[in-house]
Amino acid sequence: MVAIIKDLIKYNREFAIGIVLVSIVVLFSLLSLFSPVDPTILYSVMPEIAPSRDFIFGTNSRGQDMFWQLSFAFRNTLTFGLIVAVLSRVISIVVGLVSGYLGGAADRILMFFNDIFVSLPLFPILVLFYFVLRNNLNTYNLALLMACLGWPFDARLIRSVALGLRNREFTRHAVFSGMSPRKIMFEEHLPYVLPIVFSTAIANMIWAIGLEVTLAVLGFTNINIPTVGTTLYWANNHSAMVVGVWWWLVIPVVIIVMLFIGLFLLTVSLNEYIDPRSRLRRMEA
Amino acid sequence: MKAYVLFLAKRALQLLSVIFFGISAAFFITHLSPIDPVEQAIRRVTSRSNFSPTAVQALRESLTDMYGVNEPLLSQFISFWGRLVRGDLGPSLIAFPTPAMTLVSRALPWTVGLLITSVLFTWIIGNLAGGLAGYYQKNRALKLFGVVSMGLQPIPYYIVAFILLILFGFLWPVLPISGGYAMHVRPGWNMQFILSVLNHAILPALSLVLVGMGLWFLGMRALVSNIITEDYVTYAEIAGIRRSRIVFAYVMRNAAIPQLTALAMVLGGIFSGTVITEQVFSYPGLGSLLIDAVNGGDYTLVIAVTAVAITAVAGAIFIVDLLYPILDPRIRVE
Repeated sequence: MVAIIKDLIKYNREFAIGIVLVSIVVLFSLLSLFSPVDPTILYSVMPEIAPSRDFIFGTNSRGQDMFWQLSFAFRNTLTFGLIVAVLSRVISIVVGLVSGYLGGAADRILMFFNDIFVSLPLFPILVLFYFVLRNNLNTYNLALLMACLGWPFDARLIRSVALGLRNREFTRHAVFSGMSPRKIMFEEHLPYVLPIVFSTAIANMIWAIGLEVTLAVLGFTNINIPTVGTTLYWANNHSAMVVGVWWWLVIPVVIIVMLFIGLFLLTVSLNEYIDPRSRLRRMEA
Repeated sequence: MKAYVLFLAKRALQLLSVIFFGISAAFFITHLSPIDPVEQAIRRVTSRSNFSPTAVQALRESLTDMYGVNEPLLSQFISFWGRLVRGDLGPSLIAFPTPAMTLVSRALPWTVGLLITSVLFTWIIGNLAGGLAGYYQKNRALKLFGVVSMGLQPIPYYIVAFILLILFGFLWPVLPISGGYAMHVRPGWNMQFILSVLNHAILPALSLVLVGMGLWFLGMRALVSNIITEDYVTYAEIAGIRRSRIVFAYVMRNAAIPQLTALAMVLGGIFSGTVITEQVFSYPGLGSLLIDAVNGGDYTLVIAVTAVAITAVAGAIFIVDLLYPILDPRIRVE
């Protein structure tokens, strides 16, 4: 594992850039663990101070130190993305492996629902949940909800791999030696789909964080929890751009763009690593 | 032909089941929630001024009657579908007494127009550039295009729209940043109105195109760089067929089929992007209507917009499926 990462950093420029960008954002968010201030307190410092030596990222109109505020916001946003990615991976692995290995009626029923989930416009449905839950839609509820909506693409991908595995020699051996279907799926087939699981997990994080930012910017989550989206929501709410408090908007946007591009480069390079044909092409070049 | 009909029948069945399950889910999410639309409406009305208790009671009774919330859930569900099929979900609250469906049908053309234009542009530009980049792998300009569109692709629609808004709204104000057309123009089939509509659509459409392009570029480049190693391409090259013909008719046409499948799969996501972009640029479409409805606590309108959105996206996916025979002649002859 460590050797693979070392090789990737050495030979794959995208992976190296991606890992640097993501690490910077992760380290920044981890600083919040040592934060001297409570992010929920308003007017603890002078409002609207431009970035300076005392306040690296300035302060906002609500009297909060943007450095610590953003550190908390990114920690919450990253945690959110991670929860969604892990939970939805569990669903997509189970659905994908069961559907691919068992086939028949189980496959048809699961893929029927899979196709329905793929075709639904998720944003109006999430808004509907906010409409009903209002402030109860906190980070964890939203993460649970998004995990229940974010699995179908990857379940189909895992299914297609499992379909191929079903006809392989070792699966037949396992069946003849009396292994139960559950054991075959989760002990024999699971290792083969794990690379896909990792690369789709990052893509899923991008998707989840993007939707969270969008919902929060519109004020459609609990706006009192600092996340990247709610930071932008409050900035818009105080017309930061019009008043000239540009750092309130520009800094979070720059960091979130860094995070997105970093995560995206990681998925691209991991996908390339998984696909041996493109690895060969890279070696020739 | 028979295979195609069978394929279409399967797709039509899927279309209907998506619409049924999606809208039913929307119904149950709202109706199983502890929040009572009647009490919400009453709170909205009574928060502005004082009413006598008898008046509030009368209001409560008539609203309960209107929403039908005192009936058992199943009969509510059946009558909901009955009203939906007739296209009458009752009056909206934020624009009382305009029927919710009238508001939706006013907003729908804007969203559909924006969606169709941006999806067409995105798909065609992204795939063309991606296909060319896969075929001419050494071309500098195409490489640069790839880097830019890949960099924009993972960024959420909201952020890109917002950056465009700041660029063209504050820093270099040359394009209109809000509304569907200029205030002083009278809507109708005249040149001034059409130009105004196009002018106002530039920024929303541009933000959708910028975000969407990367996906098609990446997919097409990967597909094409695999296809050009196939024997039939080498054969065509040896046979001396023109390069441009090989790229477009032999390589890209084959690669376009999986890209069409992908388009059907991401349409729901693109619709979500449109909703957000509309909000950023105050575009008078379904997205802005949905957000107004949520902020105004308008129960009927939220369900109406969601139902129409689910139907529209499912319908659009079905239309994409209808396009297969244009690209894939095998479906036509069988």
